[in-house]
Amino acid sequence: MSDATSVITRLIKGFGRFWWDFLVGDTPELFVAALVIIGVTALLSESGHFNAAAIVVLPVLAVLALATSLVRAVRLSRRK
Amino acid sequence: MLIAASVSSGTIVLVGAVFLASCVETVEALTIVFAVGHTRGWRSAFEGSGVALVVLTALVAAFGPALVHVPLSALRLVVGGVLLIFGMQWLRKSILRATGLKAKHDEDAIYEQTVAELRAAGATSGRDRIAFVMAFKGVFLEGLEVIILVITLGTSAHRLGLAAAAAAVAVILVALGGVIVAKQLSNVPENALKMSVGVLLVTYGTFWTGEGLKVRWPGGDTMLLGLAAIYAVVSWAFVLAMRREASTPMTVTNA
Repeated sequence: MSDATSVITRLIKGFGRFWWDFLVGDTPELFVAALVIIGVTALLSESGHFNAAAIVVLPVLAVLALATSLVRAVRLSRRK
Repeated sequence: MLIAASVSSGTIVLVGAVFLASCVETVEALTIVFAVGHTRGWRSAFEGSGVALVVLTALVAAFGPALVHVPLSALRLVVGGVLLIFGMQWLRKSILRATGLKAKHDEDAIYEQTVAELRAAGATSGRDRIAFVMAFKGVFLEGLEVIILVITLGTSAHRLGLAAAAAAVAVILVALGGVIVAKQLSNVPENALKMSVGVLLVTYGTFWTGEGLKVRWPGGDTMLLGLAAIYAVVSWAFVLAMRREASTPMTVTNA
């Protein structure tokens, strides 16, 4: 029984670790950025006439998120 | 002419993204399997790979059909968010590698490192557990990434069969290439492939996040090509700008 429990616990931990590494890993800023992008786009797309703004804002925020993450990577590598 | 006209831009981007991503992941898995096979014997390498493929197939059979019942807008929002994160991670890594701020993903180095680890583990009599686990982990983890991409991209676009076929062709072609050259595929331009995949994943991530939130894209699926072009140009601009900036020596990591 305890063997089975420990196997299940290990599997759940491994599953959680896989998704954490997959989505967050060493770039938590990109994970947070994706949440912000979804939140902002959701707010804009709620009002029909903001659809055009959502179309522009979504890729612009993605580019800004990438730029921010690259700047962070450069700063980290300079600090080492 | 008629065939070309009937193939939508969405299909082209879907097949391209799945095919290229599967090529990259297969190269990484094969490198580990070759290292295990050359060092500790092919039997354990094949057994580990085979069991990993069986487990992956079982996972697809268990979770794949369930996704069809998830409401499409919710599925596209979740998939869009995941692809946005995953695509930006790939794009970030390949831009850093293209500018020299991060060490290139060197298959030769990975091969040598895996071989050294396996040799250090020492010989075993009977079944080689270490070789089995190493081959299993390599194939399972890389295969899991392929499956996530195939299922998420395929179900959201209602083209699961096409996505699976594109991945299967990529895996078979890379595997055949690996067997023919009988080495660790170090000549594959992996960073260029990764940058292309990153662009396509962010493109799909943006598009489906929007679709999931009821954004009406101008031109429908055609907007995918526009987004891909924007992200490709922006990525290249980042590479050029950072190459200019990177005059001072940087620390190189090999993650």
